[in-house]
Amino acid sequence: MLALDRVSKTYPNGVQALARFSAEIKQGEIVAIIGGSGCGKSTLLRAIAGLDSASAGTVTLDSEAIGSPHAKIGIIFQEPRLLPWLSVADNIGFGLADLPAAERREKVARALARVGLADKAQAWPRELSGGQAQRVAIARALVPQPEVLLLDEPFSALDAFTRRDLQDHLLDLWADTRPTLILVTHDVDEAVVLADRVLVMRPRPGRLFDQIEINLGRPRDRNSPLFENFKRSVLTSLDRSLDRNVPDRDATQGPGQAMWW
Amino acid sequence: MSRFAQHEPTLPLQGRVRGALAFPDQTRFLPAMISDAPVLQQTSEPAESAAPSRLARYARPMLGILLPLILALAWELVVWLGWSNGRLVPPPSRVFATITELARSGELVPHIAATLWRVGLGFAFGVIAGTVLGAISGYWSLARRLLDPTVQALRAIPSLAWVPLFILWLGIFETSKIALIAVGVFFPVYLGVMGAILSVDRKIVEVGRTFRLSGFAMIRRILLPAVLPAYVVSLRVGLGLGWMFVVAAELIGASEGLGYLLLDGQQLGKPAQILAAIVIFAILGKLTDWLIEVAAAPFLRWQDAFGRAKGA
Repeated sequence: MLALDRVSKTYPNGVQALARFSAEIKQGEIVAIIGGSGCGKSTLLRAIAGLDSASAGTVTLDSEAIGSPHAKIGIIFQEPRLLPWLSVADNIGFGLADLPAAERREKVARALARVGLADKAQAWPRELSGGQAQRVAIARALVPQPEVLLLDEPFSALDAFTRRDLQDHLLDLWADTRPTLILVTHDVDEAVVLADRVLVMRPRPGRLFDQIEINLGRPRDRNSPLFENFKRSVLTSLDRSLDRNVPDRDATQGPGQAMWW
Repeated sequence: MSRFAQHEPTLPLQGRVRGALAFPDQTRFLPAMISDAPVLQQTSEPAESAAPSRLARYARPMLGILLPLILALAWELVVWLGWSNGRLVPPPSRVFATITELARSGELVPHIAATLWRVGLGFAFGVIAGTVLGAISGYWSLARRLLDPTVQALRAIPSLAWVPLFILWLGIFETSKIALIAVGVFFPVYLGVMGAILSVDRKIVEVGRTFRLSGFAMIRRILLPAVLPAYVVSLRVGLGLGWMFVVAAELIGASEGLGYLLLDGQQLGKPAQILAAIVIFAILGKLTDWLIEVAAAPFLRWQDAFGRAKGA
């Protein structure tokens, strides 16, 4: 289980990006974090990844404190961030350097086949399309079999069509080993398609505003009335999160901070 | 309605169609869908055009030779027709004759060897010093603050200003010459390495961090390959300066070397010999530059520019 306990982040310039964010995320759960811009979504994700350390509060994975990048936590960024000097296969195997070559090759081959890019194994990253490159990035993050996979707006740079395919594909890959997925997004549709639970954040400073359980089986029909209902409730919550007249749930926050902007 | 209406899916129609069809096997459907136009491949070079690109590979250098060839032939003709006596600007045939004459008498090879030796040693020392100091300055910001201002100040000194000092310190023979060449090579390599390290993409470094690369592994697997293209460029610039400074060093005081041939030609009034030395400088300079390019090519195959035509 991943536990976030009052995680706060204040940047050196005094901007408070994240204030007392607490949540518990079960193993294998898919959680979407959604919120307006500047609500600290990415800051939170980077704290979980161990890329930035929190100013206060703790991130613990299975009662192990996370302060730096951890073997059990993988991350996929908004851009594929492939290493341009490595072939597609070597990019996927980047995190497997400790394994014997034969085993690494086998895992990479399986991952390549799994993301449908077996024929691109020896291609250079620059030869891939945006969607293909992001699939390689997904494979690279998944191949060391992390327990937690963080996704920072992973599909936002892709066109709508490619995005939908990758969402379905991600769920498909997730089903193999069922890691915990924590997805930062600004796309309501994406959150409702993927997540078991949607955490809505409120900006300035970023904090938890609301959470919505998505009790829908998978695969989800994007056009069912139920799906639309969930989308509507997430949207409503988002709207409220941006409205300064709505009182804050978190009683510890003074009203002054909420009106910071 | 809401502020977030813009984030709603923009393709309701396609979505509905797709939902209705309900593809049983999503993964089989995928590759066909995502074989969209390769966005990253901006220079769209069709892969199947191997034959034309090979032609282009041989035709392009030929184009480069065309202009000097025409000029040489024209000058040859002018002298042959007697429009000029060609004493101060000897025609290509006389330059070529001088080179063969020097080669036959056994003079040429020691001259070339002496110059190559000086450039080689000076280049080696300059590259080693430039790489080490540049890497330290690029990697370690405290060292950069300590070291870089001094290096930049030294760089502002015209390198030839060192000559009298080097001769006093190191004598008139090889050491001072090699030191001068090394100084010339040092600065572009130092600047190139430091600049390349400083401009490594932070996002790529972050990928290394998420895979928990230690300091050494980070250098080997992320920094080194990221820096390599700029490093090769700085080596080539450094080599060019090395060739420049070997001439300066040999003009000042040498009993052999191509620079000596230049000086000898001037003092004895043999313009053909000067031109012969210049032509050999050009050939050697181009050749050594090409050697660096070829040696680096296997490591830079991932870049767009080089080796693309081979269909790698």
